[in-house]
Amino acid sequence: MHMADALVAPAVAATMYVCSGAAAGFSVKKVRLESDPKKIPVMGVMGAFVFATQMINFTIPGTGSSGHLCGGMLLTALLGPYAAFLTMIGVLLIQCLLFADGGLLALGCNVWNMAFYGCFLGYFLCWRPMMKKGMTRGKIVGASILGCVLTLQLGAFSVTLETLLSGITELPFKVFVGTMQPIHLAIGLVEGLITSAVLLFVYQARPEMLEGGIEKEESRFSFKKTMVILLCAAVLIGGGLSLAASSHPDGLEWSIEKITGSTEVENEGNSVHEAAETIQEKTALLPDYAFKGSESLAGTSVSGIAGSLIVLVVCVGACYGFKFFRKSKR
Amino acid sequence: MDTIAERDQWVNHIHPLVKLVLTVAYIAACVSFSKYDLTGILRMGIYLIVVFILGDISFRDSLRRLRIVLPLVCFVGLFNPFFDREPYLQIGSLVITTGVISMVTLMIKGIYSVLAAYLLIATTSIEKICYALRLIHVPAILVTQILLTYRYVSVLLEEANRIMQAYALRAPNQKGVHFKVWGTLAGQLLLRSMDRANEVYESMTLRGYRGEFYYAAKEPCKGKDYLYLFVWLAVFALLIVI
Repeated sequence: MHMADALVAPAVAATMYVCSGAAAGFSVKKVRLESDPKKIPVMGVMGAFVFATQMINFTIPGTGSSGHLCGGMLLTALLGPYAAFLTMIGVLLIQCLLFADGGLLALGCNVWNMAFYGCFLGYFLCWRPMMKKGMTRGKIVGASILGCVLTLQLGAFSVTLETLLSGITELPFKVFVGTMQPIHLAIGLVEGLITSAVLLFVYQARPEMLEGGIEKEESRFSFKKTMVILLCAAVLIGGGLSLAASSHPDGLEWSIEKITGSTEVENEGNSVHEAAETIQEKTALLPDYAFKGSESLAGTSVSGIAGSLIVLVVCVGACYGFKFFRKSKR
Repeated sequence: MDTIAERDQWVNHIHPLVKLVLTVAYIAACVSFSKYDLTGILRMGIYLIVVFILGDISFRDSLRRLRIVLPLVCFVGLFNPFFDREPYLQIGSLVITTGVISMVTLMIKGIYSVLAAYLLIATTSIEKICYALRLIHVPAILVTQILLTYRYVSVLLEEANRIMQAYALRAPNQKGVHFKVWGTLAGQLLLRSMDRANEVYESMTLRGYRGEFYYAAKEPCKGKDYLYLFVWLAVFALLIVI
């Protein structure tokens, strides 16, 4: 995504230098306020680490290709957004001078497209809100993937916008956007996965290294909250998704249909079976997941919700019963 | 690159700030040419030729170093002939469209910009560029951080190389790193880097580091530096005007 000098007009380059410069000035102020002299050597070495990982090819399972680490998101999770932004500027400047990767004039654009989105939006929109109430493995994976996808999409869109404003290429804007966005969606997903793998390792080995990792203790288990979540999930799944349930026979019914030609096994005059069936028909509140003698959708939903609630009550009751018996045994 | 930049050549002794300003001015001048001004952009090549000769820098070596980037730079204009089909010039039966002209101009702009940045780094060390950045009041935090990153790139690249070699020996016939060890492999390198950062900090503190690097020799701009700057700025202005 590194833009070459030939892709930007001087006016666009200057504007982006001003924007990136303002963000850099603000970041410098913030890092100074932290007054942690250790931070600068850490930033320097972490910048070099981002370089070093660029040479590691992470094989993407099922494909012949490989991916790389997303520097911005990783650094923002380790150093915080301001220090990460400054580190990324250093990385991009060295890439530009030593490896000719991205132009000197387009450096302002590249800093904006890769460092600004990756460090600031990745942190303030993804990492911080998700880690606010404690850090978990799932949240780290979610924030990494979401952050990488979001920041790469924005970065890719900015590249097309800056090229369009520069009036350099004849490639129509729609074609350019249509090519850039899907490619960077795939790259973002892979980079997100690699970044999350590294962050998970750090979380396991040294959680204090992650931004917000000190408040690592998992949020305390709240019975009330769990019950509300379970109830909501049950209502949603039972009531909402039961409408989308397949009308085709399930695995067992399908096997029976294959053998007998019907999903219901016909009773062959066995008195025990007949008696059980009569009891079942009388006690079933919602036979075949609907009101008695009705085929309405509301019936299906109500039966879904009711079924979930009954299962919930039975399970909770069983747990309490189990606990009660264990206590009384002691 | 450091060895080329440290050589005793006339251009290498020009003040780093002058070379930095000139490089940015040159690239800005190049990209400001109209997309059909092929002759104009070709004339701008004079700066590169002169600096290549004055700095005694091998052109072949520069192409070898930039072999991965140059094709990518050329790639950007490839679509122009397909979207811009206005005839521009006819030589016999061959019709050259404006799209072809804009493609070639764009490619030359790209190549010139990359070569100009290469000439800057080939005649000026990163330390001197950072010194120039400090002179234009780029904050010390940023400059120190750039210097440290540069210093440790080679060290960590070597370390990453060692890890990859060890992995390749234990996991033969694999093209890259298997997804099961993505986190562990890069994570180990990360932890080692962090430990190294702490050691670096401790040793820097022991040597008197208090948040900023101090340059022993402060070089002021001399007459020849000003002359070099103004001559080239005048040449650029002239090349743009004619």
